[in-house]
Amino acid sequence: MITKTEVVRVGISDLNIVKGNATIRTAGLGSCVGIVLYDDIKKIAGMVHIMLPDSSLDRSARINHAKYADTGIYTLMERLKGEGVRPMSLKAKIAGGAQMFQFGSKDTLRIGPRNVEAVKQQLRRLSIPIIAEDTGGSRGRTIEFNPITSMLSVRTVNAEPKEI
Amino acid sequence: MSIEFKITDLHLDVLKEIGNIGSAHAATSLSQLLNRKVDMYVPSVKLVTFDEMFDLAGGADETIVSIFLRIQGDVSGSMFFMLSIDSANHFIKLLTGDESFDFHTMNVSDVGISSMQELGNILSGSYLSALSDFTGLRIHPTVPSLTVDMVGAIISFGLIEISQYSDEVIVIDTEIREEGMGHSDSIKGNFFLLPDPNSYVTIFKSLGVL
Repeated sequence: MITKTEVVRVGISDLNIVKGNATIRTAGLGSCVGIVLYDDIKKIAGMVHIMLPDSSLDRSARINHAKYADTGIYTLMERLKGEGVRPMSLKAKIAGGAQMFQFGSKDTLRIGPRNVEAVKQQLRRLSIPIIAEDTGGSRGRTIEFNPITSMLSVRTVNAEPKEI
Repeated sequence: MSIEFKITDLHLDVLKEIGNIGSAHAATSLSQLLNRKVDMYVPSVKLVTFDEMFDLAGGADETIVSIFLRIQGDVSGSMFFMLSIDSANHFIKLLTGDESFDFHTMNVSDVGISSMQELGNILSGSYLSALSDFTGLRIHPTVPSLTVDMVGAIISFGLIEISQYSDEVIVIDTEIREEGMGHSDSIKGNFFLLPDPNSYVTIFKSLGVL
């Protein structure tokens, strides 16, 4: 069980959920996107840290669903449903999708903006409204969500953290 | 990793040797540039998760000075030279005499930034030309990009190609350090070489171990 002031950490290509007094955090988002799905009545939230827009890109023997926008958001929604959350009551906040570098192959160029587009498309498909976002630009972000206040804190290097 | 052959100890030794040769040349270049002795440590070759890769560089949201480039040609991959902010500040002070330069507060001068970029050009150029000579492979680096940002944000970009195949990466990690200085004042940096999965076959074939 999660105790007071605990911070649940979500790694890259990873997802987790949190309730009550704990917060949930992912660090160092660049072109990746952090997506928070939350129910502000039940005070429960989940976070997924996706790297790539679409699971059709996968060439591995066993797919990690949390890595892709399409499968990651869906899997997170299913996890929350397993906790008794109704999909209709879910809201989303998203951050990340920066363009860190101006070079790359055709797969990696504009990967940040492509990730953001794919996330929005998937949320639209699942009818989950985006309440706030901090996306794009060219800086890394660390984000932390508090399910009690429904606020997402976004920190970038050399700037004051902001709450969205 | 979904590569069609099994990586053996011999293959890992070959990758270690690649790190050895590349970073030895880079260390020599750095010694000449600073007119000081620079030590290079034996590289380690590890198969790590992406999160472990960030930890090797100080943690996903640690702010770091990075010189990053992509490798193209016969082999592809990512190369990073990463310095702590203190090391980068120290280096720029040595080279330019600008005592006020500070990446912490972003009190940065153009001459300081360009000397840092020059460091990136010299180190990555000498690393990769040694690698090209050793393997006989064509290696074209992109122009190195200097970034001060979070470790996770920087390195994850270099993991995009790999991530389509695997959740783990083989990292060739070498540390170089200026000799005989107090720990906090010395220049200490790490080279990370991350070949893309399809490049292993090319590298091993070129060296006759496949």
